[in-house]
Amino acid sequence: MMSRLIQQGLLTVFLAFSLPALANGPTTATTIASPDVPPTAQPLFADVAIENRMTLLSRELRCVVCQNEALSESPAELATDMRQEIRDLMKAGKTDQEVIAFLTSRYGDFVLFRPPFKPVTYLLWIGPFAFLGFGVLVWFMALRSRRTFQGAPVNSAQLAAAARLLEEKP
Amino acid sequence: MKRWLPLVFFFVLVGFFAKGLFLNPREVPSPFIGKAAPLFSLPVVGDAQKAFSPTDMKGQVWMLNVWAPWCVSCKVEHKLLMALAESRTAPPIVGLNWKDKTREAEQLLVRTGNPYVAVPDDLSGRVGIDWGVTGTPETYVIDREGIVRLKHVGPIDMDIWQTKFVPKLKELGA
Repeated sequence: MMSRLIQQGLLTVFLAFSLPALANGPTTATTIASPDVPPTAQPLFADVAIENRMTLLSRELRCVVCQNEALSESPAELATDMRQEIRDLMKAGKTDQEVIAFLTSRYGDFVLFRPPFKPVTYLLWIGPFAFLGFGVLVWFMALRSRRTFQGAPVNSAQLAAAARLLEEKP
Repeated sequence: MKRWLPLVFFFVLVGFFAKGLFLNPREVPSPFIGKAAPLFSLPVVGDAQKAFSPTDMKGQVWMLNVWAPWCVSCKVEHKLLMALAESRTAPPIVGLNWKDKTREAEQLLVRTGNPYVAVPDDLSGRVGIDWGVTGTPETYVIDREGIVRLKHVGPIDMDIWQTKFVPKLKELGA
């Protein structure tokens, strides 16, 4: 109820302030509409296809200055230079693989967000699955030992005591 | 024994994390160690008619120091480089002026002293990318055959010089 009132109050105030704008609306409209074609932003780059390829590829690459940022979104000066380098390589007809080879030969596998699968990275790629497998194994072994657990033998006196306890009214 | 196993695992993990905490993420392993230094030819600061190329240094052990006039930690390092150059205990140092104005580099070297045998001028930063430079300062040691033997990221101080550079230079016979 209260909020409805506040809403209506705000709307009235808003309308009151916008009335003058409505009043001289047509005059401003004519000045804006004077050019026949509205100006559109010019692309900052000449070749859209290469720009798209470069952007896609540089999302997979690490900026070596701000190390947790992708090359595609880093504002660092070196990242700008590296993007330009990639553009030039692509213009020269290099494939994505060749561009990646160019960068890794200079900055190492460190520039790749997805490290390649090779002997030094085996532990990195397989490690988590190996740990998961180990955990599952331990779990199964624990379950099995619990299922095969045999309690200590019980004598008749103990059974009678248990029955008595169960009979007892609280 | 069995009940202590999780604790043992825990401490092994803590050990790994502690080690990781004290690693320097800037120290990116260079793929150039043991490989031929990338070649280039650039005009020299102070004399644009002259050009410098790594092939000029063939037959001697030398160091490439990547620096820039705006770089503050380079100024800290500059004092040590001056001392090394004056005492002749270091191999010749080439100073790559990376992505900064030629004029400013020239003026700074006149004002504070020039420890370099040559200062190639990498205005576009392309040579820096070729060498895998991530920032200034960075220093490379190149052997007689033109093969990169050592890379250091960040300023060199006396401690780093003694423990990292001196043994390597001795090994290379500089």
